[in-house]
Amino acid sequence: MQISGAQMVIEALIAEGVDTIFGYPGGAIMNVYDEIYKQNKFHHILNRHEQASVHAAEGYAKASGKVGVALITSGPGFTNAVTGLADAYMDSIPLVVISGQVPMSLIGTDAFQEIDAVGISRSCTKHNYLVTDAKDLPRVLKEAFYIAASGRPGPVHVDIPKDVTAQIEEFNYDIEINLETYKPNVKGNTRQIKKAMEAIAKARRPLFYLGGGIINSNAAYEVRELVHKTGIPAVETFMARGTLSHDDELLISMLGMHGSYAANMAMSETDLVIGLGARFDDRVTGKLSEFAKNAGVIHVDIDPASISKLVNADFPIVGDIKNVVLEMLGLSEMIDADKYKSWRSNIKNFDELHPLTFHEDSDRLKPQWVIQRVGELLGDSANISTDVGQHQMWAAQFYPFTRPRQWISSGGLGTMGFGFPAAIGVKAATPEKISINFTGDGSILMNCQELMTAVEQKLPVINIILNNNFLGMVRQWQTLFYDKRHSETDLSVQPDFVKLAEAFGGIGYRVHTKEEFDAALKDAVEKNVVAFIEVLVERFENVMPMVPSGGSLFNMMLLEKKEKK
Amino acid sequence: MIAENSERRVISVIVVNEASVLSRITDLFSGRGYNITSLTVAPIPESRYSRLTIVTSGSVRVIEQITKQLHKLIPVLRVYEHADLVEKEMALIKFPLSENLSDISTLCAAYNGKIVNVGENVIIAMVADEPVRIENFLRVIKKYNPKEIVRSGAVALER
Repeated sequence: MQISGAQMVIEALIAEGVDTIFGYPGGAIMNVYDEIYKQNKFHHILNRHEQASVHAAEGYAKASGKVGVALITSGPGFTNAVTGLADAYMDSIPLVVISGQVPMSLIGTDAFQEIDAVGISRSCTKHNYLVTDAKDLPRVLKEAFYIAASGRPGPVHVDIPKDVTAQIEEFNYDIEINLETYKPNVKGNTRQIKKAMEAIAKARRPLFYLGGGIINSNAAYEVRELVHKTGIPAVETFMARGTLSHDDELLISMLGMHGSYAANMAMSETDLVIGLGARFDDRVTGKLSEFAKNAGVIHVDIDPASISKLVNADFPIVGDIKNVVLEMLGLSEMIDADKYKSWRSNIKNFDELHPLTFHEDSDRLKPQWVIQRVGELLGDSANISTDVGQHQMWAAQFYPFTRPRQWISSGGLGTMGFGFPAAIGVKAATPEKISINFTGDGSILMNCQELMTAVEQKLPVINIILNNNFLGMVRQWQTLFYDKRHSETDLSVQPDFVKLAEAFGGIGYRVHTKEEFDAALKDAVEKNVVAFIEVLVERFENVMPMVPSGGSLFNMMLLEKKEKK
Repeated sequence: MIAENSERRVISVIVVNEASVLSRITDLFSGRGYNITSLTVAPIPESRYSRLTIVTSGSVRVIEQITKQLHKLIPVLRVYEHADLVEKEMALIKFPLSENLSDISTLCAAYNGKIVNVGENVIIAMVADEPVRIENFLRVIKKYNPKEIVRSGAVALER
């Protein structure tokens, strides 16, 4: 069939089974938008900023497990989207981001809205393409979807000059992908897996170190089975929240800079780390030379470059987590769960000594209470997105996650402004679940224009703004490490968040007490319209425990103990 | 952490001949803070691939990361590192015509080279040898007042 490059984009998206895309039109991408107007096979959501389009596509991808798609124009449209690309790259989120480019004849002339888009996206995408001939478009788009979703997932950027979208060529999408240079290794080495299982059987204090790769590989339920069969306790990284259910006896908690005392101590005392799809990030390990110092390391990852990058792996296994865990399950008879009984009770003691908790000792509500309360009221029925900062850490610590893909947060890049648009994408992907965005008074203003998107698209995201009138996480570091010089972090001057939500046609609540909070959340869920619930929380609350940057995991700053009345 | 020894390493990379593949490689080096001592690239005859020869330095861990990260790039077919290599480098040197030409000619011959061009005021000599021997040659010929020196960077082939 002879069609234009723009029509090819539409046909390719349909062939890939895309049902929703996010984007923002502009000059160089108009040919494609004209074809979007003419079709009804997929839904286009108009965000109010290109950065939000990419974050929404990320939220959509994370909640659904499918490839997220965003469509943007050249120049500023593209540069606005770069933060989203970088975010998806750091968190291994499968995206295809298609941008318009000035016509081929103008490339290199500093034309209006021209920027070297592939030059910029090279270092923050898994791969990118500048399509110079519409003949290449079917192959490029097919490869883009394949590369984004396979191996270690990531964003793929396709830049298409305007004349290429107008060019008419033969379209055939029924083509074999033949990438001689890209063949991800998905099956782990059987002998190596057996050796790893023998090491586990010999270990006295083994510990599962569960990472976000498990979620990407859709392997959470297989991992649950492996953990239960072996009786080996597990810590989760920030990205892995929801792999095990919060009430799982073998789940210690999250580890790392703001991990629980028990999780960090378990990691410090273990004699064998069993890393599954985790990348030994600096926020997890603290001081590298002291990290799991006396332990052997099994490291399963689909990305060979993640193995022995920071911590040397004694048993490296390159493969898809799901395949490897299934093979491990086949060998789980080798392991005697009773052997780790005293190790499990050691960890329980750690947890009893310094449980993950907070003190309700202020007039204003405690932010942790709000998170916990949402967990009690909504629990499994909500998907939880967050922005970046203190509220994000509290959400990771205190929300009772029950399933994979329930937790959507910007881990690697730490992008303020991620939460709201991501929660819009999450709602579009999983309309049957309530979409909550925990945010702060700093973060929410970084993409608050998305109120308009949510109103227009009837995507009732509930934004819970934990308002402490501070850029809280930076304030916490200033308090602790900069002698309380709160440089530019005091956000006393603020918009009226209730009126702000209302101005866009959403609904706003200002909450001071527990009763008001319960009533507001109940009302927001019932009203089914985008909401801001502004909760005035204790201003100087710190996220605890905390491993100061560069410190050892076992040297935590802890919550002060209080006598129980 | 224990200070890790930095070593000179030669890495050969086979890549698909396509637009911007060289920037992908050099961006990777600059973005991750790796060194490039020299880099040569040319198409492999009768194929859709090119070969890059990169001379770099780093600890064992860094070199391992470099090879893994290179391999992760989509258009990279193969990465050879720490292979048993035959290495050669070429240098062109411009000398004033007033220098002792027979000395220069003899020295060049000892390093697989010769005088390749004679002008009104200068001559140009060429040598091609292992990179360490090229270093040595360049040290020796200092006293003949070389006016300009161009090195090609190393090329290498696995035995």
